[in-house]
Amino acid sequence: MKRILFFVPLAIVAFVLGFSLWGLSGGRDPNAIPSVLISKPVPSFALEAVPGLETPGLSETDLQGGGELMLVNVFASWCGPCRAEHPLLTSLVEDKGIPLMGINYKDKAEDAIAWLDELGNPYARIGYDISGRAGIEWGVTGVPETFVIGADGTILYREAGPVVGDGMKRLIDAIEAAKAGA
Amino acid sequence: MRRLILLLVIIATPLWAVEPDEVLDDPVLEQRARDISANVRCVVCQNEPIDSSNAGVARDLRILIRERLVAGDSDQEIYDFLVARYGDFVLFRPPLKPSTYLLWGAPMLILLLGGLAVVLTLTRKRTGPKVEALSAEEEARIKALMEKDET
Repeated sequence: MKRILFFVPLAIVAFVLGFSLWGLSGGRDPNAIPSVLISKPVPSFALEAVPGLETPGLSETDLQGGGELMLVNVFASWCGPCRAEHPLLTSLVEDKGIPLMGINYKDKAEDAIAWLDELGNPYARIGYDISGRAGIEWGVTGVPETFVIGADGTILYREAGPVVGDGMKRLIDAIEAAKAGA
Repeated sequence: MRRLILLLVIIATPLWAVEPDEVLDDPVLEQRARDISANVRCVVCQNEPIDSSNAGVARDLRILIRERLVAGDSDQEIYDFLVARYGDFVLFRPPLKPSTYLLWGAPMLILLLGGLAVVLTLTRKRTGPKVEALSAEEEARIKALMEKDET
């Protein structure tokens, strides 16, 4: 018994050290907020088109049971990372043929239009969320955020932050997994 | 100069994130809104309640909470609304459910373990070197020495 007690401090140190290493090791973001919307149907919302833009508006019916996988991207012209992820989103639409829907979050219409003119408009539909209310329905914590919507209209995946680098890899993995599962 | 500093100290008020245009006319509802906001975590600047956060989303949520209060929602309905969108994460006081039993129980568990350790330490038998009675031979030697000393 005494012998065992002798090793208790060592065990405690090993436990604390292991926990610290786990906490400090990369790949774990303590600030990440898990989305509660995963595997739930898309929330109810209805957004008008961006005033002055030909792309139609977006509401939940556009995402329900479209029969194919879709992406919903929350973006704004004032958001730097959105600019960084824009080429990848465009390539997903053009090369892989995945429909992309946009939610233009708290943006000025003229700024959004100028931004899309400059970078190109890969979005099939764009909802104009000037109040940020649709963003709250989607549990958006910041722009950009990208959701993968299954063919049956359930939310399969959310990528918070730009889809570049690791984010891009995670999004593409999620799309592949969704296609394989469907 | 001293008067100026004193004046500045007096007129300085704590910085409130809640902006005047958000405040409700009904003081009872406003107080409920403040109480709820104090318990809701800002999803942008985490560890700060939305009541004192200047983030855009925090302001939106404050206004939303007030709208729902005016519409007659109960406090619980508002919490449920927020949790349905942002998860338990937005609550500073997480609900008691199977996945949080350990979280809520941990302080009690640690107290119990510590108490157990204290009790064990205090009641453990003192195990010093054992004192044995002297043998007859040793007694005789001592007796002999004592007598010798007296002379």
